[in-house]
Amino acid sequence: MLKNVGIIGFGSYIPYYRITIAEIAKVWRKNPLDIEKALGISEKAVVGFDEDTVTMATEAASNALLMASLPASRIQALYIGSESHPYAVNPSSTIVAEVLGVGRHYMAADLEFACKAGTAGVQMISGLLEAGIINYGLAIGADSSQAKPHDVLEYTAGAGAAAFLLGRNRKDFLVEIIDFASYSSDTPDFWRRDGIPYPTHAGRFTGEPAYFTHVQEAAQSLLKKTNLRPADFSYAVFHMPNAKFPCEVAKRLGFTCEQIEPSLVVRQIGNPYSASSLLGLNAVLEIAKPGQLIFLTSYGSGAGADSFILKTSKLLPGLRKKVPAISDWLKNKQYIDYPEYLKLTRKI
Amino acid sequence: MKIPVLGIGVTKFGELWDYSPRVLVKQAVAEALNDARLKITDVDAIFVANMLSGILGNQENLGALFADELKSANKPAFKIEGACASGGLAIHNAVNSVLAGVYEKVLVLGIEKMTDHNPAEIAQALMSAGHDEERASGISFPGLYAILARAHMEKYGTKEEEMAAVAVKNHYHASLNPKAQFQTQLTIEQIMKSSCVADPLKLLDCSPVSDGAAAIIISNIKYQRSKTKRTVNIVASTVATDSLGLRGRKDLTTLKAAMVAGSKAYQQAKIKSSHIDVAEVHDCFTIAEILAMEDLGFFSKGKAARAITRGATKLGNGGLVVNPSGGLKACGHPVGATGIKQVCEIVTQLRNEAGERQVKGAKIGLAHNVGGSGAVAVVHILKN
Repeated sequence: MLKNVGIIGFGSYIPYYRITIAEIAKVWRKNPLDIEKALGISEKAVVGFDEDTVTMATEAASNALLMASLPASRIQALYIGSESHPYAVNPSSTIVAEVLGVGRHYMAADLEFACKAGTAGVQMISGLLEAGIINYGLAIGADSSQAKPHDVLEYTAGAGAAAFLLGRNRKDFLVEIIDFASYSSDTPDFWRRDGIPYPTHAGRFTGEPAYFTHVQEAAQSLLKKTNLRPADFSYAVFHMPNAKFPCEVAKRLGFTCEQIEPSLVVRQIGNPYSASSLLGLNAVLEIAKPGQLIFLTSYGSGAGADSFILKTSKLLPGLRKKVPAISDWLKNKQYIDYPEYLKLTRKI
Repeated sequence: MKIPVLGIGVTKFGELWDYSPRVLVKQAVAEALNDARLKITDVDAIFVANMLSGILGNQENLGALFADELKSANKPAFKIEGACASGGLAIHNAVNSVLAGVYEKVLVLGIEKMTDHNPAEIAQALMSAGHDEERASGISFPGLYAILARAHMEKYGTKEEEMAAVAVKNHYHASLNPKAQFQTQLTIEQIMKSSCVADPLKLLDCSPVSDGAAAIIISNIKYQRSKTKRTVNIVASTVATDSLGLRGRKDLTTLKAAMVAGSKAYQQAKIKSSHIDVAEVHDCFTIAEILAMEDLGFFSKGKAARAITRGATKLGNGGLVVNPSGGLKACGHPVGATGIKQVCEIVTQLRNEAGERQVKGAKIGLAHNVGGSGAVAVVHILKN
């Protein structure tokens, strides 16, 4: 159980452009209704030509700082998790920090663990806060991942960023991080070699042995550790490679559709990889009432899952209004066609 | 002929992510040895049925591999390959070796590990069972059987719903088979709504990609079963071939290799098709079961589809039951293991040990195993 870790500000960013599943399906002569039904997704978010992981991360992080009314110079650690860092070698974290005005005396690193690099950052900063080594840290999950044309991932690979400013002073907590647990193994369900533009995945192997095993194990171990049951929570958020997997895993763990529905941003933005579960958390925090328990479990291919128990505070409803909400980003959109999508994702 | 079956073993079929081919084979063989009350060193030779170990797994030389893995102490071992008929062909060769008096007790095992590969790789690998012209044209197996389905529909008016009825029946049977890949039942509507793979064949007209292993131990007549289990004997084992590709066939509404093997088998067993109580046939696609019913003489040409739709081969109909295991469609189709699993299922039925899927009073059973689009067919008949 943690004593000194809480979220004092959070922010999100979803890019402006959207392409519908139907538009992509038309190109490959597939029945759009079959695909929408199978994935539970109707459209996905696409970065603009001048956007990437770093630009989106900066937007989300600025919002988190705004919510907390904290000068960026107070940040002592910044970790950004992504599987689409612009450089293989050159930190995204310091570019973001520089734009935000973090200063010089801070720890920074770029993280990668497929879709759970953002939550890994939350765990790392939690450790630093709990130990009293820092007072404020920023964890970001952001991605603008590529998907190979005609691959099934083309329907789901989205883009977005979510940032969480964490502190150790209870007075400032909007959300307390109560505890976390992880489950990791060497399970190569989805990977991308250095220099190769598109990821490779192992089809059906990404299901049971990968997503479901790791999410269930992490979740169950945390519930057992804290002696809590699914019914104790007001909301649950799971990593969303599509809308089906989180609904299925929620059911298996004993959560209800009502508990997870508010988190399912995937339906309208697709899977923004490292930002997926964190954007789901954002969506929930934007409607949660004080004193509610939230269960969050991310998943990263390769594979691992990070499970968290969070509790909202009285401060949350007042301060969250200061920044754009997920619902605002979802309304702020323009549809593009497939050729435009190819241009924006630099395939042509 | 009269070749007693001493022991059988079948693993669960399905997406067995956690099990390697070595583990699956050891499971099936352990079950068969236990059933036969034998040790591996009691066996005189090992026949291994498999199609794709080389193309997908970079591993040939399976005879030696499994003789080693099973710690058989230097026994003779062979890999037998004939596409999806590999299992049946391995049993046929084992039977011949026993009839020739060269070996007394023979282990036949079938193994396939397919699910570690993506669908495109698997489809391409399976086309090694077809003709090079067919490969060059870009067609894959659903396409070849779609051609056969279309020919049958045009000549006999067979309907897509009637093909779907095959899958409905086989899924019902599989729901009673704990080792089957699929335990859920299907409706005609679900099958008709499933996505098109190769018109007129839809997703749910096609057997799945599966992992699995099966093993059988046969012997010469000296070795009878213990009194606790009913003796089942192989009384016919026949093989026939036809053109490798569809272009060479005279008639696309029949698999002549199956007809020839079937009729030779009835002669060998001195029975007629009407004597068969239970059959496991090669339903790689729903149309394939309809063709099998007609090729094996269970129904006259053009009549099988309607009969199956009426329930004429379903468990509990009082007559012939076809694919009580769930067939390839619902039990699964780990290629090399299928032909052996079929015979194991017939043995289980004739021993009266099939539990909920028991065909009551079954005395004579048949297994029909086909390779490619009908290039080779193997038929076994068993009696208790």
